[in-house]
Amino acid sequence: MKKNDIILIGCLLLIAGVASLFYVFVNTDENAKVVITIDGQTYGTYLLKKDTTIDIEGKNTLRIKDGQVQMLDADCKDQICVHHKPISKAGESIICLPHKLIVTIENEDSQELDAVSD
Amino acid sequence: MKSKVSYFGMMTALSLILSYVEMLIPIHFGVPGMKLGLANLIIVIVLYTHSLKAAFFISISRILLSGFLFGNMFAIIYSLSGGILSLLVMNFFKKKKSFSIIGVSISGGVSHNLGQLFVAMLVVESYKVGFYFPMLMVAGMLTGALIGVVSVEILKRLRKMPIIE
Repeated sequence: MKKNDIILIGCLLLIAGVASLFYVFVNTDENAKVVITIDGQTYGTYLLKKDTTIDIEGKNTLRIKDGQVQMLDADCKDQICVHHKPISKAGESIICLPHKLIVTIENEDSQELDAVSD
Repeated sequence: MKSKVSYFGMMTALSLILSYVEMLIPIHFGVPGMKLGLANLIIVIVLYTHSLKAAFFISISRILLSGFLFGNMFAIIYSLSGGILSLLVMNFFKKKKSFSIIGVSISGGVSHNLGQLFVAMLVVESYKVGFYFPMLMVAGMLTGALIGVVSVEILKRLRKMPIIE
């Protein structure tokens, strides 16, 4: 190992780090959607960028504001979903177990790769 | 070995066997396309004992052979792009003289993965594949370093043998 090798490794790690940071922060799609499912059934789909407040069967209240999704109110006793931090990135979710309610953020074209060759 | 033909034939066969052995290892790293790159070992050794030209032709023959034997058209395209790019980058770093074999091998591993990723982007026509970029880079560094360490040891021993004049 020479000194230049170490520098090379450092530079490459730096690039990889910056790139992964970029993907963590910028990876949310412009048309990301908030999908609400109850007991496995889709209840509703909403645009993440459109601010709105949704009343879900009178049991939960969900707010979408500035690209952040937060459970404002729930009539269950554990209140875990209410205390959950607001979600904003594709793949994140808020789950309310007593009502079998799942709120997830999905990218518009978040389909998996359909073929991989190696 | 007297003739270049037999030496290059042996090296091509070795790299073909290594890519077969690699296929048999049932380790999947979670990211498509991530593998050890054992065949690159031969390429590094040939690059250091002979020339860029020799390494180039052995690499191309290896990719075409293993592609037709075990893979498909896409495997060949991906491997060719990665193989050629990594060879050119390794030659560049080798010529610089200020990098050791390990550094050269790391540059080869990373550029191999990036070349494949670039072609994958063209094939899938989506920049989303770039999501794998950081992971593939780190993977390329790790496998490149591993191949580099092994190459150093092999070259040390090969130089004592009359195989390489």
